[in-house]
Amino acid sequence: MSVRDAFTRPARLAARAPYLWMVLFFLVPFGFVAKISLSQTAIAQPPYVPLFDLTLGVAAIKAAFAALSLDNFRLLVSDDLYVLSYLRSLLVAAISTSILLLIGYPIAYGMARLPRTWQPVAMMLVIVPFWTSFLIRIYAWINILQHDGLLNQILLALHLVSTPVVWLSTDGAMYLGIVYSYLPFMILPLYATLAKMDPALLEAASDLGAPPRGAFWLVTFPLSLPGVAAGVLLCFIPIVGEFVIPDLLAGSDSLMIGQTLWLEFFNNKDWPVASAVAVALLALLLVPLLLYERMQRRQLERA
Amino acid sequence: MTTRPLNSLSRFNLASLALGLAFLYLPILILVIYSFNASRLVTVWGGWSTRWYGEFFNDEAMLEAAWMSLRVAAASATLATLLGTLAAAALSRGGRFKGRTLFSGMLYAPLVMPEVISGLSLLLLFVALDAARGFWTVTVAHTTLTLCFVAVVVQSRLGALDRSLEEAAMDLGCDPFRAFIAVTLPLIMPAIAAGWMLAFTLSLDDLVIATFTTGPGSETLPIRIYSEVKLGVKPEVNAICALVIAGIAAVIVAASLVAKLSSVRGESAAPL
Repeated sequence: MSVRDAFTRPARLAARAPYLWMVLFFLVPFGFVAKISLSQTAIAQPPYVPLFDLTLGVAAIKAAFAALSLDNFRLLVSDDLYVLSYLRSLLVAAISTSILLLIGYPIAYGMARLPRTWQPVAMMLVIVPFWTSFLIRIYAWINILQHDGLLNQILLALHLVSTPVVWLSTDGAMYLGIVYSYLPFMILPLYATLAKMDPALLEAASDLGAPPRGAFWLVTFPLSLPGVAAGVLLCFIPIVGEFVIPDLLAGSDSLMIGQTLWLEFFNNKDWPVASAVAVALLALLLVPLLLYERMQRRQLERA
Repeated sequence: MTTRPLNSLSRFNLASLALGLAFLYLPILILVIYSFNASRLVTVWGGWSTRWYGEFFNDEAMLEAAWMSLRVAAASATLATLLGTLAAAALSRGGRFKGRTLFSGMLYAPLVMPEVISGLSLLLLFVALDAARGFWTVTVAHTTLTLCFVAVVVQSRLGALDRSLEEAAMDLGCDPFRAFIAVTLPLIMPAIAAGWMLAFTLSLDDLVIATFTTGPGSETLPIRIYSEVKLGVKPEVNAICALVIAGIAAVIVAASLVAKLSSVRGESAAPL
């Protein structure tokens, strides 16, 4: 047995506590979501008909299985409200992720080109807003964008507009808020791949006659694709389920799926439908989630 | 130097970097400045004043929510750091054990999982367990989310560590457990400290999961701020937000000082 193997057994023992914790508080709860998504709504506390009660014996469990219903899922596909809000969520996530990539890439590239000593400082500057409260950063924008906020005051003072522009409760404000909040998530993985790149590759490209722009598209960009993929997934998946930003910045005429789930749960007190919305959302995100998980695992195992 | 192509900063690079950072920081800066505005009208500048900070310290409900948030953040960050460090150790030193794929999947998925899903699923669990909702349910929920961040931060540090140090300790007669405590743990301490602080700020920041998992009468600060924000911009909320930002800035400065101190100590200890 090598010295290195001696660590394997204690390390596996160490896994037990977090393993148990995650099974109990991450995996098992999905079981409850799935179970309640198949049950009926009721005016009760909690507001659903319990599916089965283990104390009542096998017959009761059999009866419960017979009572399982897909009604909530039927509602999801038959009512336009749900279908439209899934589609809107995917669209908003796709558009914002594209904007994030377009803005984040030049910033990450600029960071990677800074002198070595300045790079940690720039990285710190990008990380700090991520540590600052999400809600507060959205609130900061409400301050600026409101009817008599700073933006309208400046525009009026410069005579660029004659009456205050409505910025809040628009899709534009929502996209601004999403891009603002998720920008660090896009920049950091991009920067990580760009900073690792060997400068000799670009020299070789220019020695072989590639103009700088050609070298960028032929060498730099293809090599940065793992970072692009990580940044895109890291932004796209949570944006699809985003609640706070559309709730505070977008108008109320069309909802994202996170808002629909929230309303079903807190306003309509319809836990079964809220659970069905969550199950469908999870199904929608399963492929990107698995992709992300695989990338994360590979990356950390290579380190 | 022949590495000119990558090291040279073009005007475009510099401009995108400067604009990007301005975009990230200006709104926060404006918020902090307006929190010192004497005028009740948020948008009219009425001179410098600290009256809104005074209002905050007289607002019982807000103070209670802040206290609840701080307690939850401290408890959940500590639990998450313990569990997350164990998880990181298992992943980077445990080899290919049974259930490893599921384990790492459960640790990485919460990093991107939409909060409405995590919040709803945990609430349904707590209801099924008939747990009294309040401080402990929010703490457990936040621990579950933040331990994953701690695990990733610590795991990347463990992966970059020189394994020969642990092996040397074992050659000198330590058992694996003692080698880990005496050699590995001090070396990964900066990552563990950073993980704790990240967990603390994430917990302090969370609105969605806390709203789902808390019970009546125990509001956290973000829940309180959210209900104020829904009613519109108020100078008092500006002051609270500025205070939270100041608190987080203090934590970050402390974190970088800890990292600097321990890296200095680590370097001087390494040759010994």
